[in-house]
Amino acid sequence: MALDKWIALVFLVIALVYGYASFTYALLPFERNMVFVPNTLPNVLSVIAAFLALILLLSPKPKVEGDVLGDIDIAQFRQYKVGQALGLLAAMVLYALALRPVGFIASTTIFLAGTGWILGERKLHVMVPVALLGAGAIWYLVQEALGIFLRPLPWFFS
Amino acid sequence: MIDGILLGLSTAVSVQNLFMVIAGCLIGTFIGMLPGLGPMAIIAIMIPVAIKIGDPSSALILLAGVYYGAIFGGSTSSILINAPGVAGTVATSFDGYPMARQGKAGKALTIAAIASFSGGTVGVILLMGFAPALSSVALLFHSAEYFALMIVGLSAIAAFAGTGKVVKALLMTVAGLMMATVGESALFNAPRFTMGLMDLQSGFSFITLAMALFALPEALYLVLDPKRGATSGTGEIKDMRITREEARAIAPVIARQSIQGFLIGVMPGAGATIASFLGYAVERNIAKGADQEEFGKGSIKGLAAPEAANNAACTGSFVPLLTLGIPGSGTTAILLGALIALNVNPGPRLMIDNPSVFWAVIISMYIGNVVLLILNLPLIPYIAKVLLIPRNYLIPFILFFTMIGAYIGQNNATELLILVVLGVFATILRFADYPLAPLLIGFILGGMMEDNFARAVNLTDGIDFMYQRPMTLALLVIGFLLIFFPAYRRRRARALKKGVAEGD
Repeated sequence: MALDKWIALVFLVIALVYGYASFTYALLPFERNMVFVPNTLPNVLSVIAAFLALILLLSPKPKVEGDVLGDIDIAQFRQYKVGQALGLLAAMVLYALALRPVGFIASTTIFLAGTGWILGERKLHVMVPVALLGAGAIWYLVQEALGIFLRPLPWFFS
Repeated sequence: MIDGILLGLSTAVSVQNLFMVIAGCLIGTFIGMLPGLGPMAIIAIMIPVAIKIGDPSSALILLAGVYYGAIFGGSTSSILINAPGVAGTVATSFDGYPMARQGKAGKALTIAAIASFSGGTVGVILLMGFAPALSSVALLFHSAEYFALMIVGLSAIAAFAGTGKVVKALLMTVAGLMMATVGESALFNAPRFTMGLMDLQSGFSFITLAMALFALPEALYLVLDPKRGATSGTGEIKDMRITREEARAIAPVIARQSIQGFLIGVMPGAGATIASFLGYAVERNIAKGADQEEFGKGSIKGLAAPEAANNAACTGSFVPLLTLGIPGSGTTAILLGALIALNVNPGPRLMIDNPSVFWAVIISMYIGNVVLLILNLPLIPYIAKVLLIPRNYLIPFILFFTMIGAYIGQNNATELLILVVLGVFATILRFADYPLAPLLIGFILGGMMEDNFARAVNLTDGIDFMYQRPMTLALLVIGFLLIFFPAYRRRRARALKKGVAEGD
């Protein structure tokens, strides 16, 4: 089964789960007499979504003659650097978890230098100063120009 | 209108707003040139900045500057390295890159700059005429018509998604509408579909969604496929002059494509990308003999056409946004989100309630076009240096900007995890050729659509309004036709393929 059919299946499941949640939505007592209730639109949407997903799932695969924009080609998937992409995603998750406790400057510098390392940059004497400079500059801009507080230092300093 | 122009001048020509125009154009040009960040991603990153500015005129001036700056910048990378930074400038590379290969990069950049400038300026003039007229009609609309209008907008976006993608685009639109129902809304008394998660209480953040849908997949693509956006070194840019004959040859092309591009941009769902491809195709068909042969091999007409069209379309897409409050493209959807965050409700009332916002944006577009021309003619050899940033430095910073954009909007680290999950899902969707812009537009319009639907239903005590009000009925019929027309055309095309040769 082609990837887009799998995705249609996933959407069908989502639509069914959403539809279940919507059709069994517990209305408040006074809402029962109203014309438009919280699950009016969701009910409609879930039915339409399930219907569209079914069409996609059951329709025969059309012959596509090359995308105009020359987008990514799933057939070449093996040549892609999946390892690097997964590494970057893992780094992003780690960054999300570390941002608050470790502080903005340290975690950002490590993130920038680390993702550069994953991508194959080995000149750390250039990468780390650039990352530090970038992190410092962005922290200053966000803190001073935008006035949004970002804890700059690790938790044991503040 | 004179009042409006004067009001716009007095707002737009202040030190702060002039600074915003220049800053927006600069940022847009730089980032539009980089592969991996389109106008949507840049504007999404700029939203926290715009919200911090607080003044809706300045914020919209900044964001609009970024938008057309990015389209401008995208054409530079299309010409120089055949790697369009933005989808709207892909058609530019058809003739721009061959010109650069022939050593005429400077001339190509000049033509692109002039065509873009003319397209943008003609677009603004038409916008000034169109928008007030359309918004005076739109003042007659009730919530029933608004609901129907949103249905038209959403189905148009799906209809223009391209052959074979209409059902996919519709599914994505509905998915966006479904996502919009998550969390609390003004209409009801309890949050919906949060699955008991506190972090979903206020729904999905639209900045996070925009980042996850547009910036993150682009960045991941750059990682997955190193050939994409590989910089093969920029050629020398010299001799930027064009001759009088060349100017005479491209003038009618630019004039036609500025108007056509604008009209395409006004239609919901058809933005700069479609305008540029269509402009290119039309001009190739109009051209005769040797001129037509040259298309694709470095024709100056083939370069001028998409450039004029995409900038005019970019301006045209502001018409539905400013007059109806309905975004026609992903980028204007993000602008709409930013405006709502700034407490401005775009729509027909905008010209009455906030005329300074409306006119200041229009005047700033004139100024912005001049700024871009100045930026792009003498300074382009220096700006193009940004293309030399190595990928190992570029990608970490793109990822970091997407995350920080999502983070400072909400100040919540969970938002980053949502971003990563949605981003991975969006990347898979793009692998399977599902269009992502309809999802975002559905998400942004979802809340407004439900509000208007609820109001109309409550006023008429049922869904009778759908056929009792002629304007609503007409709009709904248009919406359904828009969905079924492409399906019908595809079936006919298939039937033709089975039978004999095609008609035209």
